[in-house]
Amino acid sequence: MTETATTVLRGRGLGGGVCEGEALVSRAAIAGWGGIDSRTGTIIESEHELEGQSMAGKVLIFPSAKGSSGWSGIFHVARMEGAGPKAMVFNVMNTKIALAVVVSHVPCVTALDADPVEVIKTGDWVRVDGDRGVIEVLKRKEGNASGI
Amino acid sequence: MILADDERRMLDGDDGPAVQAAMELLVRYGEVLGAERLIDTDNVCGANIYNAQQRKLAGGTADDVFARISLDSPGGFEIPRVRAHSCQLIGPMDTVEWQVQGVAEGNRDAILDSESYSGRHCIHLMNTCTPYQVGNVPARGEHCAWMESSAVIYVNSVLGAMTNVEGRESAAAAMLTGKIPYWGYHLPENRHATIHVEVTVDVTTSRDWGLLGYAVGKVAGETVPVITGIADTPNLVKLKHFGAAAATSGGVEMYHIPGVTAEAHTLDQALGGKRPGLTVRYGPAEREAAYARLNTTATDTAVDLVMIGCPHASLDQIRDVCDLLGDRKVAPGTELWLFTPRGIRLLAERSGYGDRLRAAGAVLMSDTCPAIGRFVPDGTRVIVTDSAKQAHYLPQIMSVQGWFGDTAECVDAAVTGRWRGDL
Repeated sequence: MTETATTVLRGRGLGGGVCEGEALVSRAAIAGWGGIDSRTGTIIESEHELEGQSMAGKVLIFPSAKGSSGWSGIFHVARMEGAGPKAMVFNVMNTKIALAVVVSHVPCVTALDADPVEVIKTGDWVRVDGDRGVIEVLKRKEGNASGI
Repeated sequence: MILADDERRMLDGDDGPAVQAAMELLVRYGEVLGAERLIDTDNVCGANIYNAQQRKLAGGTADDVFARISLDSPGGFEIPRVRAHSCQLIGPMDTVEWQVQGVAEGNRDAILDSESYSGRHCIHLMNTCTPYQVGNVPARGEHCAWMESSAVIYVNSVLGAMTNVEGRESAAAAMLTGKIPYWGYHLPENRHATIHVEVTVDVTTSRDWGLLGYAVGKVAGETVPVITGIADTPNLVKLKHFGAAAATSGGVEMYHIPGVTAEAHTLDQALGGKRPGLTVRYGPAEREAAYARLNTTATDTAVDLVMIGCPHASLDQIRDVCDLLGDRKVAPGTELWLFTPRGIRLLAERSGYGDRLRAAGAVLMSDTCPAIGRFVPDGTRVIVTDSAKQAHYLPQIMSVQGWFGDTAECVDAAVTGRWRGDL
């Protein structure tokens, strides 16, 4: 952990309260059904940059949702299995992600004033306020570049 | 969101707790989307068949399982029969060939019980990813609430129906209320193309259409593409393969092919009179790249399973496989599996195709597929398919190698046990 100055992003809060956690960031869109194992939260899409990593208990930060209509179902079952993300931050709204937001019951924020996929790095410690629509990067992981 | 009087009454509980829970879910969902209101729908396709593991995870009575998994509600109430015309999409098990799938008896009983629960609630048990092949053919302009990305792109584009890609919970809520958020592809202004794909290579066979779809999906992402330069008139099977591939590699839910699809006779009409935000070419190099990406998971040529029927095969596709087989038999150690809607399977039996497939050692199944049901023959390392969608998903779901080719190459692999396909 190299700094304490916080980077703050503001956007549209989708509810779910407030939480803190470790960021897991994907520059690529995420596939739900066929892309994530709902029992473990592990990303299984071949050649995906997060292949083999689990979203369980992480603040999942990604540009958009793609693929099958089973997207919400995967996040719903993952929540029931305790393998869902702690919070979600994303750029592009669609029906797949909207329904996953509803059934995940965790803090979610979208439409931010800076691209969270660029600003936040995997391993950073962040606070997500789903009610006010605010993301704060509290601590950078050692080696991660800081600032916007 | 602004609610109409009947929607407000549902939300207040006037139509019972299940409809109230469904309306609560739709309101939460609509607010996240940013929808201004809901719209009536009387054509809903969803997925509410649960296996033993899901039922155990949810707990409670059959009504509680429906409430918890399909409505994201704690339950504790009775689920009434559905209000909208509703049908079940592809499910986890073939109720006839469940043993071929390797389903344990306890799980079979749980799935059968779940299926009959849906039937009793008047959810038509079509059990296919292609309801449009077996009688659910929405009219142009009809507001629907469908799951299944390959079906959504088909009915939006080819038929001109209006639906977003719904999920299990929103579709179940639409079944009980006859409502869905008025957002996305329900609004005419969102249905115009913003990307123009100029095709400069021949696109004629089903494989060609699968490759084109896979390439278009990667470029278009979630946008609406318009495709020009198509010389042939594609049929249902080719458009089915194209859409499934485009929805798999990207998130395409709607496209235009002027003169072919429902809402555009000309390029200008497809673009809504505007200029495209991006114009890309699909030529020989793009075709080769799509083929290479679809075959990236495979290296071994000894084939364990050949899979035909993703999306579910038409009667013509089943007949074509019979003709390609001729008098030949499936190789020892290799399986040839075909998947089709139950209704088409009955027609295949009536037409003698079932006997011809059995004589060759092939298995005709319905209601499910290897990716949805998560099953392949024991010890399978290498699969072959004529579906870009299945070639994309099955390797990652079942940890197998996957080859993609045309139907003749697939049948050749089935009778020789070897993959000899090429672009």
